[in-house]
Amino acid sequence: MNKTVNQKAWFLVLPVLILVGFSAVIPLMTVVNYSVQDTFGNNVFFWAGLDWFRDMLESERMWNALGRQLVFSSIILAIEVPLGIFVALNMPKKGFWASFCLVLMSLPLLIPWNVVGTIWQIFGRVDIGLLGYVLAKLGVNYNYTQNVIDAWATVIIMDVWHWTSLVALLAYAGLQSIPDAYYQAAKIDQASRWKVFRFIELPKMAGVLMIAILLRFMDSFMIYTEPFVVTGGGPGNATTFLSIDLVKMALGQFDLGPAAAFSLMYFLVILLISWVFYTVMTNLDKRDGV
Amino acid sequence: MAKITLDNLAHSYLKQPKSDDDWALKELNHDWADGEAYALLGSSGCGKSTLLNIISGLLRPSRGRILFDGRDVTDAPTAERNIAQVFQFPVVYDTMTVGENLAFPLKNRGADPKYIAERVNAIAAMIGMEDQLRRKARGLTADAKQKISLGRGMVREDVNALLFDEPLTVIDPHMKWELRTQLKQLHHDFGHTMIYVTHDQTEALTFADKVVVMYDGRVVQIGTPQELFERPAHTFVGFFIGSPGMNLFDAQVSGATATVQGVAVPLGDSYAPVAGQVQIGVRPEFVRLHAGGEGLPARITRVEDVGRHKIVRLDVGGTAANAILDEGTPVPAGADRVSFDAEAINVYADDWRVAPQSLQGRAA
Ligand SMILES: Nc1ncnc2c1ncn2[C@@H]1O[C@H](COP(=O)(O)OP(=O)(O)O)[C@@H](O)[C@H]1O
Ligand SMILES: [Mg+2]
Repeated sequence: MNKTVNQKAWFLVLPVLILVGFSAVIPLMTVVNYSVQDTFGNNVFFWAGLDWFRDMLESERMWNALGRQLVFSSIILAIEVPLGIFVALNMPKKGFWASFCLVLMSLPLLIPWNVVGTIWQIFGRVDIGLLGYVLAKLGVNYNYTQNVIDAWATVIIMDVWHWTSLVALLAYAGLQSIPDAYYQAAKIDQASRWKVFRFIELPKMAGVLMIAILLRFMDSFMIYTEPFVVTGGGPGNATTFLSIDLVKMALGQFDLGPAAAFSLMYFLVILLISWVFYTVMTNLDKRDGV
Repeated sequence: MAKITLDNLAHSYLKQPKSDDDWALKELNHDWADGEAYALLGSSGCGKSTLLNIISGLLRPSRGRILFDGRDVTDAPTAERNIAQVFQFPVVYDTMTVGENLAFPLKNRGADPKYIAERVNAIAAMIGMEDQLRRKARGLTADAKQKISLGRGMVREDVNALLFDEPLTVIDPHMKWELRTQLKQLHHDFGHTMIYVTHDQTEALTFADKVVVMYDGRVVQIGTPQELFERPAHTFVGFFIGSPGMNLFDAQVSGATATVQGVAVPLGDSYAPVAGQVQIGVRPEFVRLHAGGEGLPARITRVEDVGRHKIVRLDVGGTAANAILDEGTPVPAGADRVSFDAEAINVYADDWRVAPQSLQGRAA
């Protein structure tokens, strides 16, 4: 085949490059810039090398936040993935109710983060919130502003409410792609419900589930708005996750250097974990092949 | 193994079927004899898969009952019927090895591991995959996957029936022949009741002792290959079986004579007056060509040499027809008439065969 060589085609890529440059690379570079300098104000900066990174690595505060974050993300994944699959398995396959369920499930996904936070903040209040009030009336001592367990439970349930739909919708799409013949063959082979799940549904969902897990991991690892609105990171530092801590440091205390170093490490951790997830899962996938 | 009885069976995919067309399977009464090998033949969309799925319990019939050895199983789930079925397109469990795939139906029934291993090896030998037992099924060719599906169908020895739904569609012709031979052997060795669905007449005629021909949701004829050839019960059978299919001419019939395009055609038997749209059918094998003399005026439009015989395409007073001549026989010079072997002519009224008077009462 004859290909026309036309170097002008590069100009077609230019808009994207510029866009990415302004939206990602340049802001990231400012962060890199702050992370290696110190200032005493007046816009006077001097070279600090890797001091901030060293400080951060030695800071108990950051490790605690990271620990909380990992626990939070693990719990989120451990609940939302199985629950999402369970919901998808029980959704109607076609007809009016299928569409109805799809719309219903998409609703939480369409609500802005801070609104979700506000909803739950009010919902859980003991004085006026439906949940908090009812629990109090039932004699349950529930108070997310004072009790660590209650605060965690509220934040987790809120996230499950907000995002399980995403996993469910992706899993549902995976299930829809399974031809009827597979279920028929399984019946002929007298496979149990569990085996149908294990050997037909799960393998066919693996691809979309990987995407769901990655998305949910990254998103939960960066969670900020909802817990900030509901608990403000409290009681104490109990729900101060990485982003909340970062914002406290950068804006609350105006420690730009440490905060920048923190952000970069945060970014690298997400990148690293996502990469590990991805490689492990694609390898699992490949191991089955050829 | 069991005798399978279909009792007033009918099925529609619609909730409220109204017209006749809404029924994918029209009312059907039939016994599938225990241990017999049947071919279920019909063009695509005529309801073959529907019938099979009803027998295996994947589909509940809208009407009627199914009995296994006289026991009503209409509402029994597939597992309880213990039937093996192989589908048109391969179904394999991707994450399992070839061996695990073959063992799956036995494992699900809690068979003894030693017995499972034995059966898996035997089946692997049948489908020619002994050396791939440890390989993952994912990534195999469609051919290989379909062989696994077939193997999974054959691995249980105690099934009530084996149903094959166009199982060799994706398999290449050479392997097709070999697998079909294997299936016949399997039937010979174990005597399972087998139903083999196909839309390929050669496949049907070579596989089975009894061929069931379906047309538009109806079973139109059940018979041996010879019966289907000599006495097609429906014009569809005449047309569908044989290549080319039976010639049909509009006719009036009275006694032992049919009148086609104003020409008298002698019949092998006499008929009571027949109502409806009357046609006579004669297979190309029994069409004679000659120059002048008796018969219908005809024009040769083309002669095709297909090896063992010649197909002569004809225009008989505006109706297309075919004649078959043996390889050695030349096309008669100046042939402009066709006549038919009287014994080989069948009479049809509204597409259904009319029995001659001498036989009426026996074969209506
Ligand atoms: N699941 C279904 N829902 C609705 N109609 C169907 C379904 N399966 C088959 N049909 C219809 O029933 C008729 C018979 O189909 P089928 O039994 O698959 O034919 P065959 O196997 O002989 O090709 C066809 O007209 C087809 O369109
Ligand atoms: Mg079919």
